Amino acid sequence: MVTLEDLKTPKKNTWCPGCGNFGILMGFKRALVQLGFERDQVVLVSGIGCHGKMVNYVNVNGFHGIHGRVLPLATGIKLANPNLTVVGFAGDADCYDEGWGHFSHAIRRNIDITLIVHDNMVLGLTTGQTTATSQKGFKTKSTPFGSIPPALNPMAHALVSNGTFVARGFAGDMRHLTGLIVEAIKHKGFSFIDVFQPCVTFNYLNTYDWFRQRIYKLEEEGHDYTEKQKALEKSFEWGDRIPIGIFYKEERSTYRDGLPHVKGMPLTKLPTENADITPILESMM
Amino acid sequence: MITNKISVMIGGEAGAGITRSGFLFAKACLRGGLHVFGTNDYQSLIRGGHNFYIARADAEEIYSQVDTIDLLLALNKETILFHKDEFVPGGGIVYDGEEIALSDEELGRDDLKLYPVPLRKIVKELKGELIMRNTVALGAAVGLLEYDLEILNGVIRDAFKPEAAELNVKAAKMGHNYARGHYEGDFEYRLEKTSSAGKRKIFLTGNEAVGLGAIRASCKFYAAYPMTPATPLLHFMAPLDREYSTIVIQAESEIAAINMVAGASFAGVRAMTATSGGGFCLMSEGLGMTGMTETSAVIMVAQRPGPSTGLPTYSGQGDLRFAIHASQGEFPRVVIAPGDVEECFYKTMEAFNLAEKFQIPAILMTDKYLAESYGSAEFFDQNRIGIDRGLLLTEDEYVGEEEYRRHKFAKDGVSPRVMPGMRGAIVRTNADEHNESGYTTDDPDLTTKMADKRFKKLDALVKDLENYETTKFYGSEEADVTILGWGSTKGPIREAMKLLNKEGVKVNYLQIVYLNPFPVANVKKILKSAKKTIVVESNKTSQLSSLIREHLLVTVDHKILKYNGRPFNPGKLSQRIKEVL
Repeated sequence: MVTLEDLKTPKKNTWCPGCGNFGILMGFKRALVQLGFERDQVVLVSGIGCHGKMVNYVNVNGFHGIHGRVLPLATGIKLANPNLTVVGFAGDADCYDEGWGHFSHAIRRNIDITLIVHDNMVLGLTTGQTTATSQKGFKTKSTPFGSIPPALNPMAHALVSNGTFVARGFAGDMRHLTGLIVEAIKHKGFSFIDVFQPCVTFNYLNTYDWFRQRIYKLEEEGHDYTEKQKALEKSFEWGDRIPIGIFYKEERSTYRDGLPHVKGMPLTKLPTENADITPILESMM
Repeated sequence: MITNKISVMIGGEAGAGITRSGFLFAKACLRGGLHVFGTNDYQSLIRGGHNFYIARADAEEIYSQVDTIDLLLALNKETILFHKDEFVPGGGIVYDGEEIALSDEELGRDDLKLYPVPLRKIVKELKGELIMRNTVALGAAVGLLEYDLEILNGVIRDAFKPEAAELNVKAAKMGHNYARGHYEGDFEYRLEKTSSAGKRKIFLTGNEAVGLGAIRASCKFYAAYPMTPATPLLHFMAPLDREYSTIVIQAESEIAAINMVAGASFAGVRAMTATSGGGFCLMSEGLGMTGMTETSAVIMVAQRPGPSTGLPTYSGQGDLRFAIHASQGEFPRVVIAPGDVEECFYKTMEAFNLAEKFQIPAILMTDKYLAESYGSAEFFDQNRIGIDRGLLLTEDEYVGEEEYRRHKFAKDGVSPRVMPGMRGAIVRTNADEHNESGYTTDDPDLTTKMADKRFKKLDALVKDLENYETTKFYGSEEADVTILGWGSTKGPIREAMKLLNKEGVKVNYLQIVYLNPFPVANVKKILKSAKKTIVVESNKTSQLSSLIREHLLVTVDHKILKYNGRPFNPGKLSQRIKEVL
């Protein structure tokens, strides 16, 4: 079983001091330790952005892919080998801007993977531009007069896309976040956690304090995460009070459950020599 | 009397079952021991418009359609007027005389044989659906050609569900009897069973042959988004998933498809996608990622005329340069262009081997004409090409090794692969430049070394390809003119060669099967002895000529180009060759 020490890598961390990513990194590592995984069972998939460096900082299998494509990449890995625990990391721009087209599809397919979105509501690695979750009026280098449209609502989108595990965490509350990641990975089906991840360099608005003043924990207010309507209501709650925790959870068959001929069987374990095409050839005579 | 040499066209509106009927006729010819070629022409719509299918059958080996029609089965008048100038003298037309009035004035010629058959009336008598007119027409054709109706019946019974089959067999019989009763002995063309009847020959499209190659190569994961003319490959693969334990998934986009393929391949299975030019544009970034992460992938690009949406249901070869150069940066890849259904099968198997052996993307270039046309072929030899997964370490082979490094430097650039999940091995790769362990780097020396590592694989690939048939040569060494081409032009070129040889023009032909890496030595050898060179291509800018120029510093003498979406016809092509001689 893996220890925190095992998960260390030789790569020097290059995130800004105080970056919310540290909370997610540690939360993920602790979740792996709690779950008692071996390093070689886990595949970490990341996109492009500050979050993408996760691959460099956790010593498990990893695929650092291209911008916006964490979900199809992770989908391919999981479908080919369901024995692997596949966890995707994406930024808000990565997932909700560039990769938005994949978001609802991965959710509705209920691929048995976990997606953790580092949502700092700004583009960090490109030095500060607006993203899909930037607040209306948010001023950046690309929106000097303020972002014009309202922010996307990833929680509501995940719910209406038939998400089976929809949660939100806060990088400033690592213990809570670790618990969410543990539950997400344990969930059979697509699990999604949007994580408030303050960007200390480029997001002057959505700071640790800003979040701390607003967030509250759903589980502390008796939220029943089996009720979709309630979850939807909660997903629209924004302003003075913002909920974190598990919004919604249900058991639904996964995409691979719909493929009874390969159910549970890693394609990687199949022999590669015995595909006899004679019957097809005979049908073409 | 002309026996066992015929070009039959079936034409009508979209939705009238044109392609299926053409296919049934062609298959009936195949089972009589004839060589068959079938190609369809349809528009990007679901109902209406004008569709046609050409089925050509011959006792001799044939490679493409011809320029002319011997017999037309017309389901509407438009078909007849549209193609009236393509008939040979004495050509026949089967049509519904109660629906269509035809005059010599309209036809503009009086040398055609008109064979009205009451198609609709017969269908009505049988209480069948209107679409069954086709079958009546097929039966009439068999009657006119004095061919064996039982063979057609067999084909019908294999193609339809039992109840529908029997109704169609009746329809064919009534069409047949009508033609025999009214026009016996009138038509100059005949079909008859040859001594080859009953031999194990297959009739299939390029798409199907690629699919068979993929399945035989143990491709376990196929992800694609529908795009003509690659969609039929998705249709072919999808229902076979149970039998062959594969996963076939319709992705939300081509971007998703290529990334899913990369993921599955990283996990350790052979994976493939297919699309056309527009979809391949979307895949470009993912293609580069497979190059950078040294993840094998097989991609079929079934070309159609561009730019942009172009002619969605027609054919072209305008994407050769695009396939060779797609995506930013530099990385090795292999680009293979099969020219007929057999090559579609065997080259797909080669593509999977090369992709895994060198951990690179392999691109198969087809086009609408090749992917959707039917050709007859000998039963494929499943064992001609074995499966070579390259340096893929098993658990036993890996044990005892130092820490696993996915991108470990190696003499030929090829690092040993393991599947993630293997005990003790951490498999890490990275679309960013990376070190041997897959960690991100921007170190200048490492950057150079990694690029060199990837390109060492190209050197190794070039060397390995010496064992492959990267070009094919047809005709005698001594010739007045040497034709160079790639991909689907092969069929019409070989037919044109037949015509030219008959006229005493000596032609030979070099088919370039592997376009990247370019088979420099083979092409050089042929060009050296060529008296005159002509490149034949279905594009505007003659991309093959530019490749020849790039790799050999040779300018070809002539280019014969066609870029109206339609394939070359051998007669026209042979004329154009003669014009430049």
